[in-house]
Order: sequence, then structure tokens, then C-alpha cells
Amino acid sequence: MTLISKYKVLIDTAKSSGVLDLQVAEQDSVLHIRGTAPNADAKNKLWDVYNQIDPNYLTGDVVMNVDVSTAVAGTQVRVKTANSNLNIRKGPGTDQLIVGKAAKDEVITLISRANNQWWLVRTKDGEEGYAYAQYLEPLE
Amino acid sequence: MTIKHVLSVILLSGALTVSVISCKPKLSDADLKAKVETAVGSNPNVLVDVKNGVVTLSGTVTTEDEKRILETSAKSADNKAVKSVVNHIVIQPIEINTDVTDLTAKVADATKDFPAVTATVNDGVITITGTVEQARIQTLKQSLDALNPKKVDLSGVIIK
Repeated sequence: MTLISKYKVLIDTAKSSGVLDLQVAEQDSVLHIRGTAPNADAKNKLWDVYNQIDPNYLTGDVVMNVDVSTAVAGTQVRVKTANSNLNIRKGPGTDQLIVGKAAKDEVITLISRANNQWWLVRTKDGEEGYAYAQYLEPLE
Repeated sequence: MTIKHVLSVILLSGALTVSVISCKPKLSDADLKAKVETAVGSNPNVLVDVKNGVVTLSGTVTTEDEKRILETSAKSADNKAVKSVVNHIVIQPIEINTDVTDLTAKVADATKDFPAVTATVNDGVITITGTVEQARIQTLKQSLDALNPKKVDLSGVIIK
């Protein structure tokens, strides 16, 4: 079975949920999926479908990097850590000094995207710094 | 020759002409477009346009092979109706990070909150071993996939 057919439902879901600039390509026995989802829900749905086909993502035959188009400067984002506070740092990197914290489920402002991993944010208390993007989800 | 005769000859030749034309129906550009679209498949990033039988393909694909195959498929959609294929498809390869130093630093950031795992980076492949809670495996995989590696190998991970 080819990877395209193994993950057909995932690719079809990406198309039907309006993922923009969708790229699907098999390279060295890994299926790479890239694109921009219209919102956080659409992105989460893709990860659920992927998990159904490959439980806990253990096979390693897919690399899926789907961004969310609503994650733009000036919007509100929710902190979605497991249960701890999210560190806000002086610069983009875990080696940078912690200058603030945001609680789980707290809504903060995305000021700009330094890169795909680190976003410059501001809390309600006015603390400003870089947070790891994986723990931030754009609100609708 | 009577007038009746002449008329019937004209009518007959007219009927013949009509039948000759109807043997070779000319496919409209719209119909040909639909035919080519079916032939090139369901790639949402490839657009088909037809003008006077000339097919133009545009959009993006990830490999040279894909671009070539699409052109061949478009031609063979209807060998008679397709006059030529203009291939304007742009190749946009999948971006993969194989810079070991850069990737290693980013993996360190991504796995910072997972103290029970060990990560190694080799030729763009991220290999993770150790234990991860069931509820957090998705976060880990999302963080690592977002770094555009060649592969993320979690087969050595024990799910708690």
C-alpha cells in the first residue's frame, strides 16, 4: 500500500476542510504534508484523523506541518499547556531569560511571529516576550 | 433537369454535408477542459485552461516528475482535440531542514518540557526514545513536525 492511499482520508480531510497551499509529497518513504488551515479547529481535526490512522504517530511515515491562517499579528491566542504555566522569555529560545508567565487557558495577544517556533506575545499584565508557538492556539 | 430535380439534388448534398460534419464533432474548449481536468487528477494546486484546443497547465507541484506526468496526462486526455500543452506548472519542493546544528537547537527547545525523553538528530531524522504521557504525544509530534525534518521516529517511545 502506498503512503498516499494509507493516508487518503487525511489528505481528503485536508482538501475538504479548506487547507490552503496544500502540499503532499512522498520523499524517502515519508509522506510530507504542508499547508495552512483556515482555523485551529481544522488543524486539530487533521491531527485527530492522523492519530486514527497511525495511533500515537509511532510509525513515523508522515511529517505534517500545518499552520493556522488566523494566527496573525494582533490577534488573541489561548495558552494550551498541559497544566503548567507558559514561560515568556526575553528572546526566541529556551536558553533565554524568563521574563514572565502566562497561565494555562489564559488569552494573550500575539504581537508578531519571530519565526515558526517562537512568537512575540503580550499578557494582560503587559508582560512582553517570546513564547513557544506550539503552546498557543489562535481564537476564532 | 426540372426544378424539382435540382432541389432534390441540393437537399441530398445538404444532407450529405450535414452527415459528414456530424461524424467529426468538434469538442468545445469547455468540454475539453473537463476532460483534461479528469485526466490530470484531483491535485487542487493544478489549474487547467483551454483555448482553441491549446491546453495550459498552471499551479504548483512538489517534483519535476509530477510536472512531467501531468503534462503527459493532459496530452493523452484527447489526442485529437488537444492541439498542444503549455506547461506553466511551477515546482515548489517540500522544504526539509537538514541543517544538523539548526535542527538540534530547535529539537532541544521542542523537547524541553519532556524531561523523560532523549532526542537525537541525524541527517534530518529526529529519533526520540524514552517515555511520554499519552495526552502529550500529539504536542511532541506537532512540535517536531513543525521543524520540517526528514522524519520523526517515535518507534522507540513508550506511551504511559
